[in-house]
Amino acid sequence: MTGATMFSKIANLYKKLAKKDELITVENVNYRGEEPVVEGEELISIHGVNLSYSSKNGSIKALENISFNIYRGEFICVLGPSGCGKSTLLKILAGFIRPTAGTVKLSGTEITGIDWHRGVVFQHPPLYSWFSVRDNVAFGPWMRKIPKSIYRQQTDEFLRKVHLAEFADKKIYELSGGMKQRVSIARALINDPEILLMDEPFSALDALTREDMQNMTRDIWQDTGKTIFFITHDVEEALLLASRIIVLSHHPGRIIDDISVDFSLQMTEKNGGDIKFTPEFYKYREKLLRLVNS
Amino acid sequence: MRRKRTERFLTIATVVFVLIFWIAITATGYFSETIIPSPQSVWESLLEVSQNGYKGHTLLEHLGTSMQRLVIAYLLVVVTAVPLGLLSGYNSKIRAILEPLVEFYRPLPPLAYYTILVLWMGIDESSKLALLYLAGFSPVYIACVAGVLRINEDYINGAKTLGATKTQIFFYVVLPAALTDIFTGLRTALGVEYTTLVAAEMVAATAGLGWLVLDASNYLRSDVVFMGVIIMGITGVLLDWMVRLAEERIVHWKGKD
Repeated sequence: MTGATMFSKIANLYKKLAKKDELITVENVNYRGEEPVVEGEELISIHGVNLSYSSKNGSIKALENISFNIYRGEFICVLGPSGCGKSTLLKILAGFIRPTAGTVKLSGTEITGIDWHRGVVFQHPPLYSWFSVRDNVAFGPWMRKIPKSIYRQQTDEFLRKVHLAEFADKKIYELSGGMKQRVSIARALINDPEILLMDEPFSALDALTREDMQNMTRDIWQDTGKTIFFITHDVEEALLLASRIIVLSHHPGRIIDDISVDFSLQMTEKNGGDIKFTPEFYKYREKLLRLVNS
Repeated sequence: MRRKRTERFLTIATVVFVLIFWIAITATGYFSETIIPSPQSVWESLLEVSQNGYKGHTLLEHLGTSMQRLVIAYLLVVVTAVPLGLLSGYNSKIRAILEPLVEFYRPLPPLAYYTILVLWMGIDESSKLALLYLAGFSPVYIACVAGVLRINEDYINGAKTLGATKTQIFFYVVLPAALTDIFTGLRTALGVEYTTLVAAEMVAATAGLGWLVLDASNYLRSDVVFMGVIIMGITGVLLDWMVRLAEERIVHWKGKD
């Protein structure tokens, strides 16, 4: 697929997104009247980010001189060996920790703490066992004091999106690992965040469930046009999902590669998994594996 | 299911065994009635005390007086120790203020400071309530602090990323997440208060189960002592069962996630 077809594909996504926006204006009282989406609009800019932990043996550098921009509608996968600080980078974007040096801005405003504009999907979904599946999904708008009549409708809609409509009234402990992660995705999406941050969300799942979850995530990305920032150590997962892959080096984490890929779009277009067996996919896979293991 | 039935059988068998052992050992006539009164004489004293009362009060009045002290002190513990414990877990400054106080008096034997309470509050009900209250406060407080500190950070960060405020997080995340520990504390407190009850009724009481037992022991009325102890045991088990029932209803997810 050439760059031009890919862009037209992305442009189509934005058109879909624009249609969605009308809906959102009616439903979401907290809607802030965003400007129409411009292709390639800068959403998050990360500039010169460093992070060091202090320990007994002095300070340990986890991230070194990280700079890149995230554009609206991108599906970025951050790939790297374990201990390269990729989760730390996500925590900085979420606002859980502040970088030691450098700045992170969302639409021009510096991120100084946690807020609901950046939804987070954790590796082990921290769902609330004391609420039903429905109330877990509704948690965001419920806390944000959005009228119940509005968020009830949204909850049903997002439960359908993650294929859990018939499990709405179940208890959390009645769900499987994959279902829990789907609740957690719906719960983050219902707030209509600017970006969805996912921290190795499928690494604890079995292979079949993982593939289901990857397909669902890809569909959600294409349907909603949401920007997604996804941490993984699985090269294949990154290739099958991302529109762009950022590779971090082993300790301390530095960006060693930043590439655009279109296998994810091909997957939906051809509606099949045989992309994994094309020579091109192999080529990328080998290249990334070498990078990650270097 | 089968396992459960076996265990229930074992429990009942143990109780029956103890009863038979008791009957057998007293039937030999080897021990005097003062050392081990026979089940019959304990049963007779139960009938007598419940009909004619013991020293001016019926058995129900004795039981009621004790229960009233216990329940009032316990409710005071629930409404104060739970919120203070949770807040201490949630806010390190509040913890820094309260923890040294609790840690200081917690290991003290209740009787050691009971005399001080009597000096301050007089010899009647209020000092007894204060003693029971203090005895129950520390286990609940400590369990609540531990319960909050044990909460996975992702639960709280997750709630923040969904737009919850600090107050909302406290009520919708921290409180329910700590419930299992809160109930452990509440059950411990019930046990501790019950043990302290007898101590509280030792000084200048004229009624109450603890007083009944102590008074009867002064006259070597072992049958009445045994009866009092057995009633205490049964009410203790019943009270604990009530708290456990409440826990099962409220913390329905316990042990399942």
